[in-house]
Amino acid sequence: MSDEQELDLTSLDDAELVEQMHNDLYDGLADEVAQGTNILLGRGWGPEKVLAEALVEGMRIVGVDFRDGILFVPEVLLAANAMKRGMAILRPLLAATGAKPIGKVVIGTVKGDIHDIGKNLVGMMLEGAGFEVIDLGINTDADKFLAALEEHQPDILGMSALLTTTMPYMKTVIAALKERGIRDKYIVLVGGAPLNEEFSQAVGADAYCRDAAVASETAKRLVEARRAAA
Amino acid sequence: MARTVISSATREVVIGGDQPFVIIGERINPTGRKILAEEMKNGDFSRVERDALAQVEAGAQMLDVNAGIPLADEPAILASTIQLVQSLTDVPLSIDSSIVEALEAGLRVYKGKALVNSVTGEDDRLERVLPLVRRYGAAVVAIPNDETGISFDIDVRFAVAKMIVERALDHGIPREDVVVDPLVMPIGAAPSAGRDAFRFLARLRDELGVNTTCGASNVSFGLPNREGINGAFLSMAIASGLTSAITNPLAEGVRQAVMASDVLTGNDRDASRWIRAFRPVTAVGEVGPGARRVNARRGGGGAPSSPVG
Repeated sequence: MSDEQELDLTSLDDAELVEQMHNDLYDGLADEVAQGTNILLGRGWGPEKVLAEALVEGMRIVGVDFRDGILFVPEVLLAANAMKRGMAILRPLLAATGAKPIGKVVIGTVKGDIHDIGKNLVGMMLEGAGFEVIDLGINTDADKFLAALEEHQPDILGMSALLTTTMPYMKTVIAALKERGIRDKYIVLVGGAPLNEEFSQAVGADAYCRDAAVASETAKRLVEARRAAA
Repeated sequence: MARTVISSATREVVIGGDQPFVIIGERINPTGRKILAEEMKNGDFSRVERDALAQVEAGAQMLDVNAGIPLADEPAILASTIQLVQSLTDVPLSIDSSIVEALEAGLRVYKGKALVNSVTGEDDRLERVLPLVRRYGAAVVAIPNDETGISFDIDVRFAVAKMIVERALDHGIPREDVVVDPLVMPIGAAPSAGRDAFRFLARLRDELGVNTTCGASNVSFGLPNREGINGAFLSMAIASGLTSAITNPLAEGVRQAVMASDVLTGNDRDASRWIRAFRPVTAVGEVGPGARRVNARRGGGGAPSSPVG
């Protein structure tokens, strides 16, 4: 497009700007998303409203198109990166207002397993959905999971494994939770290429998540259900 | 130049830089194949049979056999699968599991010299897998990660690969029977994954003097038209020293990339296999314009695999 013009985000009204931010997130334009975030804040929007209507909704659209095979991994990583730039602006403001994230998640790849791309994608989609994510990284043993649960008191524990040899470790972690009588304090989500629904039930998880978009949808659904029931 | 010989009861395959590239067919693997997993678990091996024959037909010189099914008796299923595949075809096999008991069950029933897939640089894995490899006179795929994980630093990975080769030597396994996997990362998530792999492969060939193999599909994870990326990756990796790959020979882009690479490295002498595959004919033996003459006195037509006369 030779007649491409510099778009002045300040010239858009609120609704147009939010829609433009969805598009910019979709295209992974981090500077533009950061600018849009600042403009909305300057117009008196609260940080929670910016987060929910501009960023979270934008990442929801990204997640749907990723799930449907329209967007691909590098594009989702770019979108997540743009989301992070917006979040960096909002995070201190959200903390100051005392607003809570929609939920808190501790995730990690289980002991013996060093694969983390899928787990990282899940983490980013969850952040995009408005969760606070504590990522324990790879090769995470039960003690480390337990310590993180104790420290952060999350709503959700997420475990990932890419190997048939390492996925049984999920059962070890869940057994450790049961032993301490804290299994039911947390929603336990599991995922990874060799897993399936049957395996998830067998190890006593609450749900199996096929991909990052499903993980984010499932996390939201189960947290809401749990709050409604409480 | 290292030459790794893998065999079945009746056939030998040589992996080496001066040999045609070895495609190890990847399809007999239930990971991510729900129906196959279910069937194998229930003792139905009809799909395994079809996968084995189709891959050999498409040019796989070896087959990888994996029976990693959640909540199943992997050693028993792996052993049965190997026996079945060996009864169907004479191509040598790679026995693929991260469970040592399954590797042993597979080795026990295998006829010939297998390729064990795989051992990592973790101490307990080395001490359990290498004695097995030695006892059964097999070769082994080495994965250059250790207790601390996969390093993104090629120097560290090289050091782990070197350590595995040395440990193998300690166990009486010759260098040529260690085939190193460079561990290719998805390019969609790690922009230097390609360059790192090519650099690493060249070092493994030039400095460590070993053969190499890798899963050639991981590189395109999360991208559309994966076959296009996989094919280009293989060509570039072969140019950098890769001597075999666990991949899908039924993917036309992959098959062509490998065949063309063999022509370009000089390992398809006189381009004879390439010509046989792609000669624009009227079928061999047919008479007419464009058809190659039939050398009936010498018992056939088409391109000879070596110069005649």
